[in-house]
Amino acid sequence: MALPVFPRPIIQNDADVGDAMYFGAEQPLDLDSGQQLTRWTVAYKTYGTLNETRSNAILICHALTGDQFVASRHPITGKPGWWEIMIGPGKPIDTDRFFVICSNVIGGCMGSSGPAEIDPATGQPYGLKFPLITVRDMVRAQSHLIGRLGIDRLLCVLGGSLGGMQALQWAASYPERVVAAMPIACAARYSAQNIAFNEVARQAILADPDWKDGKYYLYGVQPGKGLSVARMAAHITYLSESALQRKFGRRFQSPDGLSFAFQPDFQVESYLHHQGSVFIDRFDANSYLYISRATDYFDLAADYDGKLAEAFRGSRTRFCIIAFSSDWLFPPVENKRIAHALNAAACRVSYVEIESDKGHDAFLLDEPEMFDAVRGFLGSVATQEGVA
Amino acid sequence: MSAVDGLRADGLRADLAAIADMIPLRTRVLDIGCGDGTLLEYLAETKNVDGRGLELSQQNVNACVGRGLPVIQGDADADLAEYPSQVFDFVILSQTIQATRNPKEVLGHLLRIGRKAAVSLPNFGHWRVRLGLLTQGRMPVTRRLEHQWYDTPNIHLCTIADFVALAKECGAEVEKALAIDEAGTARPMRADAWGPNLLADGAVFLLKGTAAG
Repeated sequence: MALPVFPRPIIQNDADVGDAMYFGAEQPLDLDSGQQLTRWTVAYKTYGTLNETRSNAILICHALTGDQFVASRHPITGKPGWWEIMIGPGKPIDTDRFFVICSNVIGGCMGSSGPAEIDPATGQPYGLKFPLITVRDMVRAQSHLIGRLGIDRLLCVLGGSLGGMQALQWAASYPERVVAAMPIACAARYSAQNIAFNEVARQAILADPDWKDGKYYLYGVQPGKGLSVARMAAHITYLSESALQRKFGRRFQSPDGLSFAFQPDFQVESYLHHQGSVFIDRFDANSYLYISRATDYFDLAADYDGKLAEAFRGSRTRFCIIAFSSDWLFPPVENKRIAHALNAAACRVSYVEIESDKGHDAFLLDEPEMFDAVRGFLGSVATQEGVA
Repeated sequence: MSAVDGLRADGLRADLAAIADMIPLRTRVLDIGCGDGTLLEYLAETKNVDGRGLELSQQNVNACVGRGLPVIQGDADADLAEYPSQVFDFVILSQTIQATRNPKEVLGHLLRIGRKAAVSLPNFGHWRVRLGLLTQGRMPVTRRLEHQWYDTPNIHLCTIADFVALAKECGAEVEKALAIDEAGTARPMRADAWGPNLLADGAVFLLKGTAAG
């Protein structure tokens, strides 16, 4: 174990930066593209204590722009962990009972190997020389980390959005190492609409003159404008029409009303600008390209002749799938498809559909019924496995 | 649904207890409209059954998840078509068929998905119901059917004779038929007899699809 290296300065010297696991040439990471990473890193953060039988480990997988700081202060932004509402002592994922691990995905920009990292071969940031990665590669990297931590079986793998897809991939790739999986607000494949929104975001980045063919690191700039627009477009897909209307309506930013100019007149515009500007302070544009591409490529059934059920045939993993009614990025019907496939494969699966008007982002918010489902499911799995 | 039967000593509703008695050890069971999972849990504990549930209410689904029972949130009318054929030994539909939009289609799916189907229902042919309609000229409201006509979830009520006719139309063979009286006692009946259709509070059927062989 060692300290991770971030591309941005941390807020204060004593900030909790988590850990990093370095893998040398003796343990290369095989990638779906056929390429290999021979010296690579996974940055991660843990909470709670691993019990003696190593049976209480829960892996949290983060979403597209998330990171390992799931339940503690972000060392660059200083903001609370992105799922502190879910994880901590006495919370639905109780760190008094469980050992919680969250790692930055491969391709990310919070210490795990990614395009912003220095390529050991050249001494310069990888940029576009970093190989294209897939969700399965992300999960393969995590499996190396879990192995190094001395954990044979994970009590549960869970996450929302891209995190949910990683949970599905874990269950498909390593069924004997996953006691339970909880994919939340996700799908077994990226839809045409999902890919379309990703492409808009990527084109915004590529169109920024400061992107410089992905070599912006060498010029001391970043394609902030493009990355910010990418975030704004994506952020709309995380909300719902009714949530936007409820939060902002047509309310004006200034008491003077309309400006008859192109500055933000409406509160909803200012909100999106804010989302874009805080995002570029913590995220790398090339990482956005790589991770969003990985999500485009995700189609779990495609690895099994188009039959999703085959991905889980014979699996003893217990599943609980959670969907939100107003999520139009990964609508309930896509989540339910997974449940039906699991049923067809005779797996033990529960499917919970939560009524909410908060859209896709509901999984990050205060949704008591989600907390009840997570607490109940983990509790029953832990009891079954004899975890105190 | 809204119908309430007498409880047995083990706390199970009479029709559920009658159904539980029909289920052999270590079978695969799908309970449609499984509520808070009482029957599934009972079957798992006493008969080592591998059970699954389908349930509409969010609260009930979370109750099942907390009990460690696999349950799909959804409704019988929309979801049963997604289930593969002949994957369960038994499919249970307790006090639910009268609340489905398309009972014939639902029953067809039951017989397709499971090798056998156990169905319980309230009997709209009970003499109190008949007498209420005859004497008052109003839609009957009884202890078991407590809703007014305009707010009842029971949109497709039927008599025991009606259900037997539907089962026949769906190509089902009645393997067992039980009449349940007001005290919650289950007694074997002849499915086509007129007596139970007049006197029974509810009924439980064990059906076998002829296509299942």
